[in-house]
Amino acid sequence: MSAEPMNVKPVLGLFSGDLAVVNLGLEGFAETLAGRGVPTVQVDWKPPAGGRKDVIEALDAIARNPRVAEANAEALSRILAGKPTLVGIGTALDTVPGMARDLILHAGPPVAWKDMAGPLRGAVIGGLLYEGLASTPEEAQTLAASGKVRFEPCHHHSAVGPMAGVMTASMPVWIVENQAFGNRAYCTLNEGLGKVLRYGAYSREVLDRLRWMAERLAPVLAKALALRGPIDMKSLIAQVLQMGDEGHNRNRAGTSLVIRELAPHLALLDEPKEDISKVFSFLNGNDHFFLNLTMPSAKCTVDAALGIEASSVIATMARNGTEFGIRVSGLGERWFTGPASVVEGLYLPGFSAADAARDVGDSVITETSGIGGFAMAAAPAIVKFVGGTPEDALNVTRRMYEITVGENDAYRIPALDFRGTPTGIDVCKVVETGILPAINTGIAHREPGIGMVGAGLVKPPANCFTDAVLAFAEKYGN
Amino acid sequence: MKLLRVRKDSYHDSVFLMLATQELKASGGVLDAVVAMGTDMNRELLSDMGFSGPDLDGAGPNDLVVAVEAGDAAKAEAAAARALELVDRKKSAAAASGGTGLARSGSLDAALGRLPGANLAVISLPGAYAAREARKALDRGLHVMLFSDNVPLEEEIALKRHASAKGLLVMGPDCGTAIVNGQPLCFANVVRRGTVGVAAASGTGLQEVTCLVDRYGAGISQAVGTGGRDLKNAAVGGRTMLLAVAALAADPATSVIVVISKPPAPDTALAVMEALSRSGKPCVVHLLGLKDPAVLGKPAANVHLASDLEDCARRAAALARGEPHRPVEWDLSEAEIERIVEREASGFAPAQRHLRGLYTGGTLADEALFLLQPLLGPVWSNNQTDPALVPPDPQVSTGHTIVDLGDDVFTVGRPHPMIDPSTRTDRLDKEAEDPSVAVLLLDLVLGYGSHPDPAGALAPRLEAARAKAAARGGRLSVVASVTGTPSDFQGLEDQKRKLEAAGAVVMPSNRQAARLAARILQKGAAR
Repeated sequence: MSAEPMNVKPVLGLFSGDLAVVNLGLEGFAETLAGRGVPTVQVDWKPPAGGRKDVIEALDAIARNPRVAEANAEALSRILAGKPTLVGIGTALDTVPGMARDLILHAGPPVAWKDMAGPLRGAVIGGLLYEGLASTPEEAQTLAASGKVRFEPCHHHSAVGPMAGVMTASMPVWIVENQAFGNRAYCTLNEGLGKVLRYGAYSREVLDRLRWMAERLAPVLAKALALRGPIDMKSLIAQVLQMGDEGHNRNRAGTSLVIRELAPHLALLDEPKEDISKVFSFLNGNDHFFLNLTMPSAKCTVDAALGIEASSVIATMARNGTEFGIRVSGLGERWFTGPASVVEGLYLPGFSAADAARDVGDSVITETSGIGGFAMAAAPAIVKFVGGTPEDALNVTRRMYEITVGENDAYRIPALDFRGTPTGIDVCKVVETGILPAINTGIAHREPGIGMVGAGLVKPPANCFTDAVLAFAEKYGN
Repeated sequence: MKLLRVRKDSYHDSVFLMLATQELKASGGVLDAVVAMGTDMNRELLSDMGFSGPDLDGAGPNDLVVAVEAGDAAKAEAAAARALELVDRKKSAAAASGGTGLARSGSLDAALGRLPGANLAVISLPGAYAAREARKALDRGLHVMLFSDNVPLEEEIALKRHASAKGLLVMGPDCGTAIVNGQPLCFANVVRRGTVGVAAASGTGLQEVTCLVDRYGAGISQAVGTGGRDLKNAAVGGRTMLLAVAALAADPATSVIVVISKPPAPDTALAVMEALSRSGKPCVVHLLGLKDPAVLGKPAANVHLASDLEDCARRAAALARGEPHRPVEWDLSEAEIERIVEREASGFAPAQRHLRGLYTGGTLADEALFLLQPLLGPVWSNNQTDPALVPPDPQVSTGHTIVDLGDDVFTVGRPHPMIDPSTRTDRLDKEAEDPSVAVLLLDLVLGYGSHPDPAGALAPRLEAARAKAAARGGRLSVVASVTGTPSDFQGLEDQKRKLEAAGAVVMPSNRQAARLAARILQKGAAR
């Protein structure tokens, strides 16, 4: 054997520097070192990808492609560069691309009428009644099953919808523009809690409210907004995270901020006092009003990161009540789906887990953009959802740093010393670590027409992430 | 009554689960028990044991499986509940330590985020996954200590190639011990810092030599483990050893280099000798069981060959202290040794003719084997190089036998005997039934990683064994040595005292213990 010249510098560096250890495996080894004052981090290791060989091989193949890291850095920089700005209110038919009178948009990945869960069916019935396409719920069901109306995901039309997420042609929609990239996103206006369309309710009171929203609320708000001029949503969201909202399940601070922004301009409108007062009362009575602004803000922000060659960043997560689906930047429009889960949560008085529908809604776009469950540490008031203590909430956010590409530079968490929220979910990291995205959500009643029964945390199905990794490796693995 | 419980998404390391299994088996009314992850291998094992069901079929490597067989349903239920309680107790202990100091992360990358200055990854994961994490660590510029065994040879070669291109150390696989910058890693003793640098392919060999160097008044600069295959397998080619020797040669804090190994592949042996000669520093080499020193070529003037681990430590300490090497046969005077031998050999029954060595340290077992064979004739052992002397049933001793209880045949489903003394005490109970046994030879390895009180676990069983021999009209002689330093947490003196109180003669090194055992046996035979 020849005497190869050997590079001993790194080993001499180890011998002469201070030892600092990462321990994978037996914890006793880490405890010994930590006890002796050696800086040591214990990795809570578990078999990657649940021990599936094919998936581990896929992860390794992806890791060998240097373009992936570059593409993910690009995806993160696009998300961080996003400048969501509220520019106006329009009617879906006139503003949402591809919208049509016979088209019903819904939350989540594509789903056929026959496969729709209770809340989505109820919302579809309500939408058809609202549009006058049917005059009774029975007629609406027959029409929905007939193939004469079309169903498509909001996400295919630059839109998002909370819970059932049903959007029909004549509904008013928020228009939020990502001024860094020029793309827009749309979302209906929030109806409040209780019996509402997005939870599958379609009674007269629900439809009456929707009509009032289209006829009075939306025009009044649109006029006030026109006086106010565009609102920088990024700055508002950054503020709400410092006011105890996490941007998904708690929207009290955000809703208050919107009222503050619009109040001086509402006061100037030449509208009946009663109408303006009713608008204020409606906003004040609906803590979640801000959610429908956060969602299109998040949507237009992450849409800028969809379709980057070789990026494994998750650009969409959404649920339709039957399935949970994701889209990965480098794989474009393709959905990877798994069965929607049951939400683990707290229930309103009189309801229990037996009443719960499965996970539904596009509101998980907030987590996709780095807020919501990912910013749980910002919202001590709702820690009951994640175990009960502020420490639990901090841990939820801390864990999410393990599956994201980076940290947000605008959305920061006071309790974590203003650390940026974990942003840019890397599907490879999700599968590698087995840490699933933490998602906050509301819970709908399983039967159409009843409404919200609780709220909590949902665990997305693991298979959609592993399936995406396998497909990603097929395209980008080395 | 067989009962099966599966808990999804609840991963625990195997050593912990094996200890839980042991504890469960020892509890009343439990006939058999397994607490394990739902890997393919474990599921197969369980179905061979007669456990079945859809829960088991659906279990994966992240799912905890508790299988209990007990006298009746209530006992089985209680045992299963107890198993889950044991697991949870560990979890809450871990959570508590998370609160009090041990920093935790969910992945290697996240850990590096918390500890950007990390320079070493210690990996003791299941072999199937260990190489993958080791490669990641190397890619991120970390040196690696790979404690795991069952890492495929191709993986070891690939890892070491990858590492040498970057000048990084891969200690292992199957590397149980090292001392880096004065810090004991995995199974290692607290030894004085000094100028003796060690590179060793054998775990307990490294522990014995570093402890003895400490006792002889010198200290350790670095002690690098290489794993057993590094030198033995020609394809690995001693990559780790050669890098370690080169680094120790260049290390200004190292004045003496020690190399310990079983006989290497011939080309590798020459390469190591050449590297040592090139180092220009005084070097001590001990190759356990080397039959023909000629294969090493003519050692350079700076390279000294030691005859055993103690000799290796004595030579190194003398060189480090700038003193001449004085070979020592016994720490005690010849007269005192003779007195001990007289005492120990008196009272053997006529049938008592055999030696049984029950070892927890593999290298120590090897050393005893190599020392005893020339003195006693054929010695059976699962570590025998002569296949004719490998016992057909490793659980049964015949004639003179040295058992390496750390061998895989004894550790399936059980922790290493250095962690769990029951492997050895069970065997000790068996040997106690054999009227042909005259002398028991034991090692006791202290230090981090080892059982907190190995002597305490042995003592009552030794006393019982001695009482049995006495009841048969004979006398059982017990000779032991303790590998450790006064700074080890078990307490060197305390451990010695416990063994002595149980009737053992405690010698200052494994070599002296083995030699004394042989002498006692010879004395007994001569009567």
